[in-house]
Amino acid sequence: MNMNENPAALIPELALVAGAVLGLLLGSWLPRHRQWWVRVLATIACAVGLAATAVAMRAVPETVFGGSFAVDTATNAVRFIVLAATLLVLCLSIDTVDSHHRETEFYVLVQLGALGTIMLVGALDLLLLVAAYLLASLPLYALAGFAKNARGTEASLKYYLMGALFGVFMLTGVTVLYGAGGATDYATLARTLPGASHAAVAIGVLAVLAGLLFKIGGVPAHFWVPDVTEGATTPVAAFVTTVPKIGALAAAYRLVAEALPAVSLDWPLLIAILATPSMTLGNLAAFFQDNVRRLLAYSTISQVGYVLMAVAVATRSDLALPALLFYLAAYAVTNLGAFAVVAELPHALRITDYRGLARRHPGLAAVLIVCLLGLVGTPPTAVFLGKLEVFAASIDGDLTWLAVIAVVNTVASLFYYLRWIASTFLAAPDREQNALVPAGRFAALGAYTAGIASLALGVAGGLVLPLISGSLLP
Amino acid sequence: MLSLIVFLPLAAAVALVAVPTSAGRRVFVWSWIAITAADFALVVAAWIGYDAGTGLAYEQNLRWIPSAGVGYHIGLDGLSLPLVAMTALLFLACAVYSLPNTQRIKSFVLLFLFLQTVSLGLFTALDLILFFVYFDLSIVGMYFVIAGWGHGNARQSALKFFLYTFIGSLALLLGFIGLYLAAEPHTFDIVELARANPLAGSGSYGALVLLAIGVGLAVKTPTVPFHTWLPPAHTDAPAAGSAILAGVLLKMGTYGFVRIAMPLLPDTWRHYAVVIVIIGVVSVLYSALVALAQEDFKRMVAYTSVSHMGYIVLAVGAAGILAGSDAQARSLAVTGAVTQMVSHGLLTAALFLLAGIFYDRRRTYDMGAYSGLAGPAPVFAGTTALVAFASFGLPGFSGFIAEFQIFTGSLASATVATALALLGILITAGLFLRVLHRVFLGELQVPDAPGAASGFTDLRPSEATAILPLLGLAIVIGVLPRFLLEVIEPASTTLIGLVSR
Repeated sequence: MNMNENPAALIPELALVAGAVLGLLLGSWLPRHRQWWVRVLATIACAVGLAATAVAMRAVPETVFGGSFAVDTATNAVRFIVLAATLLVLCLSIDTVDSHHRETEFYVLVQLGALGTIMLVGALDLLLLVAAYLLASLPLYALAGFAKNARGTEASLKYYLMGALFGVFMLTGVTVLYGAGGATDYATLARTLPGASHAAVAIGVLAVLAGLLFKIGGVPAHFWVPDVTEGATTPVAAFVTTVPKIGALAAAYRLVAEALPAVSLDWPLLIAILATPSMTLGNLAAFFQDNVRRLLAYSTISQVGYVLMAVAVATRSDLALPALLFYLAAYAVTNLGAFAVVAELPHALRITDYRGLARRHPGLAAVLIVCLLGLVGTPPTAVFLGKLEVFAASIDGDLTWLAVIAVVNTVASLFYYLRWIASTFLAAPDREQNALVPAGRFAALGAYTAGIASLALGVAGGLVLPLISGSLLP
Repeated sequence: MLSLIVFLPLAAAVALVAVPTSAGRRVFVWSWIAITAADFALVVAAWIGYDAGTGLAYEQNLRWIPSAGVGYHIGLDGLSLPLVAMTALLFLACAVYSLPNTQRIKSFVLLFLFLQTVSLGLFTALDLILFFVYFDLSIVGMYFVIAGWGHGNARQSALKFFLYTFIGSLALLLGFIGLYLAAEPHTFDIVELARANPLAGSGSYGALVLLAIGVGLAVKTPTVPFHTWLPPAHTDAPAAGSAILAGVLLKMGTYGFVRIAMPLLPDTWRHYAVVIVIIGVVSVLYSALVALAQEDFKRMVAYTSVSHMGYIVLAVGAAGILAGSDAQARSLAVTGAVTQMVSHGLLTAALFLLAGIFYDRRRTYDMGAYSGLAGPAPVFAGTTALVAFASFGLPGFSGFIAEFQIFTGSLASATVATALALLGILITAGLFLRVLHRVFLGELQVPDAPGAASGFTDLRPSEATAILPLLGLAIVIGVLPRFLLEVIEPASTTLIGLVSR
């Protein structure tokens, strides 16, 4: 077995660990108004990680540490997306957590959550996958209750209970697959599972996928999404609905592509069947939502439905991997952009509160329109290109019916995104206290960055796609 | 050169964003007129420099997203050049028309400049995804025009418009992906796809792709039964918005037939040509009859639009039926279809701008409320009468040239259908004459509008400057059509060659 133990291959992960640990130490010594040092440290950690990833993208893909962690196209792309998304979340959280009495904890937890997410993607072993799952979950439970108010606590508790339940499922699945396949690493499982008991493999795969589906926030493991998005603070909601999904979706892709290709179980159909209700229920539930954060929560549920399409054709189409990775990047910036606008206007909770936005803050309204139309998939935004790739991959992989369902859903989703957009153009109500009071400069900066990135990624997709068009390690 | 024509309005819009709203409406309106005039001048220059018969001119093919098979490929030929010219002229006319009174002028100007780039871009695109990008952005732009500056149930109509055409566009996208996957190597390039003919003899797969593309284009065109979004959208849109919607945006659908559906799916097109002919005839007759029953002037014009687009659908369908006709007849039908796109663009835009005058003066389009307007507004009455005559195809106007070619070209291959469609002209003529009679002749009667002066003022200079050139050009095409037909004919022959493969 390849015993490559080169720690230099894990610089992005080590940077996050160092940022978190040093930040925690530093934060316990600093007075409250100087805790921004921890934020600087976290930013440096992300920047170092991004730089190391950019270098690693040019290097030859390799597996490290006993073949348990892959450093390949998917890992590098997800590292890049997660670190960039984390930077954006740090930026839009500043207005909320600056000089907060648990400021350090916030940054540390965010970094640990990002670390767990990246580990999910690289994992080539079910046990490492479970460890990464826990690392990507536990910090987020704490973050969900960060505000320490009634709603946040309830959200945190719900999130934790669901997470624990699905974590148990996942462990059960790992146990069953271990029993059936005699190993936990994907390479061995790919060889042994085709000969194993059919029922055991089906149960094991389903249980492991259930755990990932919880991280993804897909139906039927989606119940926590709206409650956490509404109950937690906006930066936390932005982080929780964006970052872990990226890792878990890519991890699901790796799991089915590397451990199950020869299994006679019809897992593409299984995933297609999971994708369908995700997009449909997410859309239907978002239809008459008046609370913008709940609306965005349901929108994220429907968005992961589209990404799952790429997972479903993982072994059937060469277009699947670039489609998955590009969609994830596009989704991350676009979703964060919408959340950044919400974070910038903390008093505007309902769609009707956005009346008059186009007149009072035309820049923010423009970002909101770009991001919401982006989530619909209107060209030339990034998600459009992502959708194009995903649709092409699923038709190429003989799942045309799934592409048609996705198209119908796209049209349905227009309704609620347009409802929000339309209200920004209405005349503002003549009330004394207006809800459109901006929170600060940093959330606005985050919003503009994400909005521009969402457009730029769509127009300059030609530069990005070659970077993510490699293949997974065998 | 071509990219300059396409992106000049957008670049100007970006520059205008920096100008504060307080600069005053004159700054915005006059720079708008200057930009559209400059763009039109560039198009005229391109026309003069265009050598008919050479195929694609001003071609530009850059790499955009090579790994997805998407390129920035643009060019002009005889099918697109007339439409580009018409588009540039209509936007200029809208700029002049909107000179005196438009609210929130800055955003209006920016939106129209954006729409102009999108429309010009669509007619020059030689890549399916580029085409789709413009196609979708035109929907977004028009949504904001209707929702922001419309009247009546503007927001509802805008939403309906958006939902219908967006559904269509997504069907179109699925069809494009179908073409993309069929070609080896995968590509979205229209020229390469036309050369490769990837779906030749592919049976039901080709039928599905044509169905998806056909539905997408039919919604935008619109043909019966996908036309229901159009009357409310037109009725509630501002006059300039209606003019662009009818003059330019509807052509995106029919242009798609000649640019994409026919050359890229020739086998399938020929196989289902009869269906397309039938849809065309039903569109012609049904909408003409519904138009006859309208009391609302703008709604009536909207329905006649559907009817006129039906002629185009009939022609492109007939061009796919090889039996009973020769290549020359089919080519004539296609030439007629493209001429009809230009002619309809000019005349319907003029009609909608004229309709805007009813609303501007008296806040209603109800034809029962007006009569005898020829007395106080003779120029308005005369112009409307001429545009109406032109619109139902009287000789001497562009509509006649177009419809004559369509009927001559289609008669041999689709005899019954063409004979039936001829009735459409009769109905249209009847309904326009009835309108002229009711509204302009007889005792003077105008409805009361809050805050409006009594009487009915004639065309203002800005309105006349916007509308009369459109009518003038329709007459020029009607009397001296050679300059237009010489550009279109070689392209039609090439297209027929591709379809008959």
